[in-house]
Amino acid sequence: MGTITVDGKELEVDEEGYLANINDWVPGVAEVMAKEDELELTDEHWDIINFLREYYEEYQIAPAVRVLTKAVGKKLGKDKGNSKYLYGLFPYGPGKQACRYAGLPKPTGCV
Amino acid sequence: MADLYTVNKSPFEKNSLKDAIRFSGEGASILLIEDGVYGAVSGTAAEGLVTGASGKKFYALRSDVKARGIAEDRLIDGVELVDYAGFVDLVESTDKVQAWL
Amino acid sequence: MSDVKKFMYLNRRAPYGAIYAWESLEVVLIGAAFDQEVSLMFVDDGVYQLVKGSDTSESDMKNFMPTYRTLGDYGVRHMFVDKASLEARGLTQDDLIEVAWEDWETEEEVDNIVELVETDQAAQLLSDSDVVFSF
Repeated sequence: MGTITVDGKELEVDEEGYLANINDWVPGVAEVMAKEDELELTDEHWDIINFLREYYEEYQIAPAVRVLTKAVGKKLGKDKGNSKYLYGLFPYGPGKQACRYAGLPKPTGCV
Repeated sequence: MADLYTVNKSPFEKNSLKDAIRFSGEGASILLIEDGVYGAVSGTAAEGLVTGASGKKFYALRSDVKARGIAEDRLIDGVELVDYAGFVDLVESTDKVQAWL
Repeated sequence: MSDVKKFMYLNRRAPYGAIYAWESLEVVLIGAAFDQEVSLMFVDDGVYQLVKGSDTSESDMKNFMPTYRTLGDYGVRHMFVDKASLEARGLTQDDLIEVAWEDWETEEEVDNIVELVETDQAAQLLSDSDVVFSF
């Protein structure tokens, strides 16, 4: 267990950097994690992060990558519903990296 | 004084409730917890266990009832809902606790 | 495709008292990546897994009822419920959650894949499956 500092507060993360408590999440969490990865968050990143948070809110799990891909295509347009687009935004993998930024646990079945 | 019997198994899966009723005496308190709360629901094939038992008082743990999506108005008449504090009160007001698993 | 197998997940346990229901759900979610024909069958206390209105706020347990509603997105095509098991528990289809399914390519939609079956139908469905996983 480690911590990250967001808005002056120390938040617990697990050994892979995922937030220990999803209720700790604030937008600053994504900003801090992205900065560590040397990634600049754009509106396109936030679309995915917000989508993941809404999905989790409704179904209580992080979606598998293929479910995420399909759902993003449906919600944000077919041109965005493919893994090339998502990997372009999140080079460490849309499932792992975007879920981490969104404060979600690692997707089930994602190794 | 009599004992408190706790039952934590579904009446459809195990005989725990049936046996707790059978082996408990007059004036016994029977508290249904975890999957045991399914025995407190009316209109089921198992409701006769509770409705047919005389001289015993039945309780169900509210948090377990709510977790299972059981509406309060579907509980068998006379079954009293208790919270954790009520559970403790029952333990204190009875001779001892028998857990029927 | 001849190598598509019919997978049936047979669920016979109530959701919270034991870990089986959650384990089954996780295996279905993981297994969805393998493009098989996946169906779920709910029998005995397993029918309790689909009862709506679960509130775990006082229980310190994760409420995983909402997760069942995304199973259509994971390629689950059928969720069969043994009618006799449901009736023995004083329940009807109105007490159960609804799960939608949609083919993302053809946009074919099914509003609710939760379906009551008679026991002999259930027996046939289990018998027709290539693999049955029991939980």
